[in-house]
Amino acid sequence: MNKKNWYSLIAVLLLSAIILTACGGAAPEAAPEAPAAEEPAAAEEPAAVEEPAAAEEPMEASQVEVFSWWTGGGEAAGLDAMIEIFGAEYADTEFVNAAVAGGAGTNARAVLATRLQAGDPPDSWQGHAGQELIGTYVAGGQIEALNDLYDAEGWVDVMPETLIPLISHEGNIYSVPVNIHRANVMWYNPAVLEANGVTVPTTMDEWFAAMDTLQAAGVTPLALGEQWTQLHLFETVLLGSLGSEAYDGLWDGSTDWASAEVTAAIDAFAKVLTYTNSDAASLSWQDASQLVVNGDAAFNVMGDWAAGYYIELGLTAMEDYGWAPTPGSVGVFQFLSDSFTLAVGAPHPEGAEAWLKIAGSKAGQEAFNPVKGSICARTDCDPTLFGEYLQSAMEDWGNNTVSGSLTHGVVANDSWKSEIDTALGLFLIDQGVEDFQTALVAACVASGPCQ
Amino acid sequence: MKKLSLTKNWLYIPLIALAIFYLLPMYVLLITGFKGFAEIDLKTMWNLPQGISFDNYIEAYSKLSPSLLNSFKMVIPAALISSMLGSLNGFILAKWKFRGADFIFPFILFGMFIPYQSIIIPLVQFMNAAGITGLPGLAMAHIIYGIPITTLTFRNYYASLPEELLEAAKIDGADMLGIYRLILLPISIPSFVVVLIWQFTSAWNDFLFAVILTGNTEWPITVALNNMAGSQIISWNVQMAGSLLAALPTLLVYMLLGRYFLRGLLAGSLKG
Amino acid sequence: MLKNKDRYLSIILISPSIIAVLIFVYGFIGWSIRVSLSNWKGLNPDYTWAGLKNYLALFSDPRFHIDVRNTLIFTGVFVIGSMLLGFFMAVMLDQGLRGEGVFRSIFLFPMAISYIVTGVIWRWLMNPAEGTRMSGLNLLFTSLNLDFLVNKWYTTPTWGIAAIAMTAIWQMSGYTMALYLAGLRAIPHELREAAQIDGASEIQIYRRIVLPLLAPVSLSALIILGHTSLKVFDLIIAVSGKQLPLDVPAIYMWQTTFDGLFYGRGAAISILLLLSVAVLIIPYIRYTLKTEAEQ
Repeated sequence: MNKKNWYSLIAVLLLSAIILTACGGAAPEAAPEAPAAEEPAAAEEPAAVEEPAAAEEPMEASQVEVFSWWTGGGEAAGLDAMIEIFGAEYADTEFVNAAVAGGAGTNARAVLATRLQAGDPPDSWQGHAGQELIGTYVAGGQIEALNDLYDAEGWVDVMPETLIPLISHEGNIYSVPVNIHRANVMWYNPAVLEANGVTVPTTMDEWFAAMDTLQAAGVTPLALGEQWTQLHLFETVLLGSLGSEAYDGLWDGSTDWASAEVTAAIDAFAKVLTYTNSDAASLSWQDASQLVVNGDAAFNVMGDWAAGYYIELGLTAMEDYGWAPTPGSVGVFQFLSDSFTLAVGAPHPEGAEAWLKIAGSKAGQEAFNPVKGSICARTDCDPTLFGEYLQSAMEDWGNNTVSGSLTHGVVANDSWKSEIDTALGLFLIDQGVEDFQTALVAACVASGPCQ
Repeated sequence: MKKLSLTKNWLYIPLIALAIFYLLPMYVLLITGFKGFAEIDLKTMWNLPQGISFDNYIEAYSKLSPSLLNSFKMVIPAALISSMLGSLNGFILAKWKFRGADFIFPFILFGMFIPYQSIIIPLVQFMNAAGITGLPGLAMAHIIYGIPITTLTFRNYYASLPEELLEAAKIDGADMLGIYRLILLPISIPSFVVVLIWQFTSAWNDFLFAVILTGNTEWPITVALNNMAGSQIISWNVQMAGSLLAALPTLLVYMLLGRYFLRGLLAGSLKG
Repeated sequence: MLKNKDRYLSIILISPSIIAVLIFVYGFIGWSIRVSLSNWKGLNPDYTWAGLKNYLALFSDPRFHIDVRNTLIFTGVFVIGSMLLGFFMAVMLDQGLRGEGVFRSIFLFPMAISYIVTGVIWRWLMNPAEGTRMSGLNLLFTSLNLDFLVNKWYTTPTWGIAAIAMTAIWQMSGYTMALYLAGLRAIPHELREAAQIDGASEIQIYRRIVLPLLAPVSLSALIILGHTSLKVFDLIIAVSGKQLPLDVPAIYMWQTTFDGLFYGRGAAISILLLLSVAVLIIPYIRYTLKTEAEQ
């Protein structure tokens, strides 16, 4: 029994040590809000009505609560850099960082939805510029138009022309884009290509030929990951197959989803899938990107946050990895953008506007983007602050045609995108091209502009 | 004590085989927590780390420790109160069958089956309207949604106890609370152990309620852990180190409570 | 039979729970039913009556068919696997071996680890790559010359969800063991000794005495495991991400509500989940209560 007593004693001591350290660590974090109802309900009855209403924090003390999903790595570092600039400029406004992690903000959006429905919005939140914001929050009357702010800050002149219509609805601009990422990037391993005598393809046919050569040599031609990366691949193949005009037309109703050219694009996609690794469903996007730099695959289609990953791995641009526009989309920049909004009924509208001013400012974007691994939405950022890949991206952003990404919320609203995603999932199981196309047509009718 | 026959030693073989099955993922957890970011690769997942550095643990600890106290403040009352309520409810429903008791049991039990994702919207609205937010609100949510399962466990345990146990006490003139205090409570200890283990774990590891009911000053450790992962490029080495740290209090609770799996609590109770 | 004072006390003591459950369970279920019968799509509530439209759409929804299939497979493998494994581990540990506490902690430990990390570790372990890129458990098997065990785990068509059920068994069977151990420890020694004196073998003792006395524990375990399995969400996403072949109703509900803004459809899925549980569990409970009353 003695040993058991010792066991318990050590366990209790460890537990106490942890608690005491946590107390010490938590002391400076004492909650500033809700002085009432501090004690957890000690009463037996969990009857809700007994508790007094929690006191509201004083509203006049200026603060701004910003909701995002940037909590780790370069994203958090970039956000912190912007917060620092905000703090310097607006020293008496407290910045409340309410970030919740989750891929593409899946958790943050759910929390946001519950708060909006409970009538408790944050002051500003992050969203993908484009239909994800417009189809959800504008349609729901939850965010304010920002035209006045744009005029006051002179952003209309400094944001790219092709971008403004994509983030507007009926003439009103609804968000402040902070960064631009590119979706249609194909990463490759220069050594693998050289060893197999393959040059970087620029058209779909060249790509198929190159992948045939690679497959014959026993190399996995295209690294692929789980379902959402396959949606990402699908949108680049759509773009490469249809060309930017027809691709854009898919989203405003001018291109018919039931047309032969869409069938051809789906066939191309099905063919591309035959060149991928068999364990795609078990790989995250990081794992798939890693296959390329490990030499286990030649190509990988992924947005340019992959560059940030490669940099974190300590690799050298153009030596360990190279990049090119996805085949068929040379000269087209398929973009996505993280942007911030102004909530309708924001508890602290001045604080929110102050934050938006920083988010759209040259200083703010120059602080955020090099660290995050994206390029400024503004066209006047200093290129020398950025790494090699990003500089080439900035150049392309300046002179390419701009199209929007599907997977990342630019061209299709959330409902439409989720229907397309389901249709894709079913296609991946049974490879039925016809059924897939029918489902895509139905999705456009149910949630898009098609009749 | 029953004499341990030599043939029982062969049980160690399946036990050790099972232990390997349970510990294999722990091995991966441990070694990944010591690796550098560039070492994380599917191909080398079994390999030992190239150097033992505690950087990941230090980083994880600094990011998680502010939320540690929040978790304790919420979990301890939630686990204790829901266990007590479950024990009382179970006692009433199993041994004091007033009219309707057999309806009330499934009535309460059904609460276990709602998918929590489907009620987070009305839950948040109700809590906001009632003014119970933050950690107290989270504790309350865990207590209320823990009542069905704690009631179930205790009720079934008490139902299996023989009536004679209570008869003797009733003859002696004890009332309901007296019986509960003097007879049932002492022999409920193994049930309390399993219930506390479940409630502590489910409240400690819960993410959904935590993230929607608390704000960033009161987040428990699960939200901090999730945030540490980040949304895009995930550092699994730090994440695993953090998960191990976050699991330590729970493991300590298991070890502490484990010594109460005692045999023979009912020994002698049937005599006389 | 029941003294008046005790009857009132019973009702008073149990009423907080009843009230809480009334509001937080049945009240919210009522809201969910209302939403499921509405046209709500998009961020703003829209309770216009839609009748059974959402439910009927689900019955012909191929994704929902996949969900139902996966739920059946997952529940079957997980519940049976956990109960069997938990029971046998409890029986083994009940024998009073040395080191019982160590084994008990080892078997319980998986439940303590957060699901995010459990998920990714098992994702790595169950990696189905072949050839030079083989890793995870497959690599372990081949290096131990157990090649016949190599398989595609959760990327297996149709049955892949069973692999994730294995992860769930890993995580939860320790708790089932704890339940059974508590139940075993509550069985009075004298009962077993008396049977031994009467000449019964170990197996007969288990069949005739132990198992029947463990029936309430089995019911608890069945219900706890069953409800966990029907609501499983985090674990599957952590292991395999949100991919259609491994979709389950809880994931479909989340995605369609919060990612797709189809609140009506999402609520219909929740209600169907609830109904399926009710249809399975309630008769079993009523049967148990009846047999208890007969004893």
